Amino acid sequence: MKQMHLAAHFPGVNSTTVWADPRSRSQIDFSSFEHLARTAERGRFDFFFLAEGLRLREHNGRIHDLDVVGRPESLTVLSALAAVTDRLGLAATVNATFNEPYELARRLATLDHLSAGRAAWNVVTSSDAFTGENFRRGGYLDRADRYSRAAEFVATARELWDSWTPEGTSRPFAHSGPQFDIAGEFTVPRSPQGHPVVIQAGDSGEGREFAASTADVIFTRHGTLEAGRAFYADVKGRLAKYGRQPDDLKIMPGVTVVLGDTDAEAQHNAAEIRTQQVSPQNAILALEQVWGRDLSSYDPDGPLPAVDPDPGSSLVQGRVRVADPLAVAAKWRALSESKDLSIRRTVIESTARQSFIGSPETVAAELTRFVAADAADGFILVPHLTPGGLDGFVDQVVPLLQERGAFRSEYVGSTLRSHLGLAEPVWKG
Amino acid sequence: MPATRPLHLAAEIGGPPRYDADSHVALARLAEQGTLDYVTLDDSLARPGPDALAVLARVAPATTRIGLVPTVTTTHTEPFHVSSAVATLDWVSKGRAGWQADVSTTEAEARLFGRRPAAPAAALWQEAGEVADVAARLWDSWEDDAEIRDVATGRFVDRDKLHYVDFEGSTFSVRGPAVVPRPPQGRPVTVIDGTSGAARESAARHADVVHMRATSPEQAGALAGDLRRRATAHGRAPGTLRVLVALTVDLGDAETAPEPGWESGPQLAGRGTYFRGGPVDLAELITRWHRAGAVDGFHLTPIAPERDLERIVNGTVALLQHRSLFRTFYPGGTLREHLRLARPAGRFAAASTSEPHS
Repeated sequence: MKQMHLAAHFPGVNSTTVWADPRSRSQIDFSSFEHLARTAERGRFDFFFLAEGLRLREHNGRIHDLDVVGRPESLTVLSALAAVTDRLGLAATVNATFNEPYELARRLATLDHLSAGRAAWNVVTSSDAFTGENFRRGGYLDRADRYSRAAEFVATARELWDSWTPEGTSRPFAHSGPQFDIAGEFTVPRSPQGHPVVIQAGDSGEGREFAASTADVIFTRHGTLEAGRAFYADVKGRLAKYGRQPDDLKIMPGVTVVLGDTDAEAQHNAAEIRTQQVSPQNAILALEQVWGRDLSSYDPDGPLPAVDPDPGSSLVQGRVRVADPLAVAAKWRALSESKDLSIRRTVIESTARQSFIGSPETVAAELTRFVAADAADGFILVPHLTPGGLDGFVDQVVPLLQERGAFRSEYVGSTLRSHLGLAEPVWKG
Repeated sequence: MPATRPLHLAAEIGGPPRYDADSHVALARLAEQGTLDYVTLDDSLARPGPDALAVLARVAPATTRIGLVPTVTTTHTEPFHVSSAVATLDWVSKGRAGWQADVSTTEAEARLFGRRPAAPAAALWQEAGEVADVAARLWDSWEDDAEIRDVATGRFVDRDKLHYVDFEGSTFSVRGPAVVPRPPQGRPVTVIDGTSGAARESAARHADVVHMRATSPEQAGALAGDLRRRATAHGRAPGTLRVLVALTVDLGDAETAPEPGWESGPQLAGRGTYFRGGPVDLAELITRWHRAGAVDGFHLTPIAPERDLERIVNGTVALLQHRSLFRTFYPGGTLREHLRLARPAGRFAAASTSEPHS
């Protein structure tokens, strides 16, 4: 049976995280990271995944204050987590736009040494001058340049990682390209995994191509079986032209899981969580993001606004914009009218993401079905609670997956590459 | 105020490059056993060695009290990232973080980044001071009680307690606020080696702790006096500055007496001062210099960390403790508490209660 891979996303800054739940704890204190990481390791997960923030989001020119705000810097947290875990992979999201290859390659290689081969880098890019206001690097890169910089960044990092021989001799490197013209000696020997694992997040055409050419794992958002199968076939089909095998790239969608003793109870729990995620204030905010207008005077329990969205507005900063606000508004109106839904109920129903909801048996069966059907190689779980949001899954679902032979019962190797079934990269001296 | 200042001791745990966690953890634990204020881990982009801040983050959960002070260079890095990483070290160590700001002066280091050529030390130290300044502003940019989790209004933070820093330096600008909430110490401890003339002004203005190389108590006293005067000129209370004499120590073969030709005192060697002798000789030197009232303590760099740190802790420190010159336990939990430095109030919080601010 094809075994799945599992990873844990730390629930911090996003609209999934329910901070109002009485069980919700700090998103900053190290004890929270330690709890979730230890839980993931107890569940024999492949890796633990941290997102990144480089500027606080804004809405209508003011700092967004409704969701969890504030998080520590990823690589430093993961270095500390290496002290309290033994096998778990440690993945940091780090932006390729606002960093430089020499420094980041060095920090990642250091983490790989400190964790004895468990480091991973989730490569993301930013186009936005809003974030750039915090950096020397500054402003704007257009979309094509973002990916060419990211691709050259990863290639350069790998040149640095290969600049020491496997025997431990340092050799000078020189890289000259459109984005980077650098030379010298790298200060860190080849790391225990050869290279840290490279993860890429993104579903766009450029993102898929970038992942197919260079990543070890792709973090996606395709939740349904059909969409997952289509994405899986598309991306795996792109590997051959880069001389890569289908198994060289693992496809892992980010998913949420809601459990209950029965399927019905799980559905009830899921509805409660959705209601908590979309607070009255968040419902208005979601509406404003589509409408591009200040709608703070509207009643979240009342009907949708009669006015149309303003497609030219840029109310949101630091978040992906709604591509076609008029179309989204029309869809929401139709839903609201057909079911007689309030603003808040409309947002709850419209923004619900695919997730696995059911008893542990149901969820285990569904996850297994997705992997068996080649809709995914595994999953990155995004719990809605910090830090206990993974407890139920690890205690109740993981044993069922293990009984089915769908997930490992023990780690076989010690490095993240070994968990993912990825070969150590060939040294290119 | 006591006749003699409380003695502060710190030690470097670098030495020959090592990349595994265990050797660093063992040295930090040894220093913690000696109740030293902090360990430093030197770093440079120009010679083999791991990223020091990451190493000390790895050390943090494996220790409980010792302060952790990695060298962080400011020349080719992003000030915003530097501020975030140091704040995070403070979070993961529960208030034990510092950082030693340093600059990269060589063309070889500039070529590693390819963004700009090497610059004179004076300009780089000016910039390093600005990086220290903006880091402190970013640490203050969240008021301590900014996170409110107010279910009734749906607000997770009080956005009025988050502040843009709008910093314009000579080579960079930062809008802010920080993404990392205000760290446990308010501001992690900033350390600068003030030995070089180029670094001294930035040290006097921005550092909480200054390391100084000196060959006699008189020289150390003069340097410390100069630093305190400069700090005062920047509007700082002199009591908010700790001055530690930096000594490279070799406690190798000589158990009690120095080799012929070496005095049992610091010698000028290269760009620093070098002590060779036994652990007892070192304790004598520390006692003598400290009683002269010139300095707050010593930052010791053992030339062979595994060997010499053990001798420092079990020989020198034990003797200083026996003489009641050095504490035998940590009375507090944070590095600021070890150094008897107050937790600073955030400048924006002070501003909003209409106190004057600089």
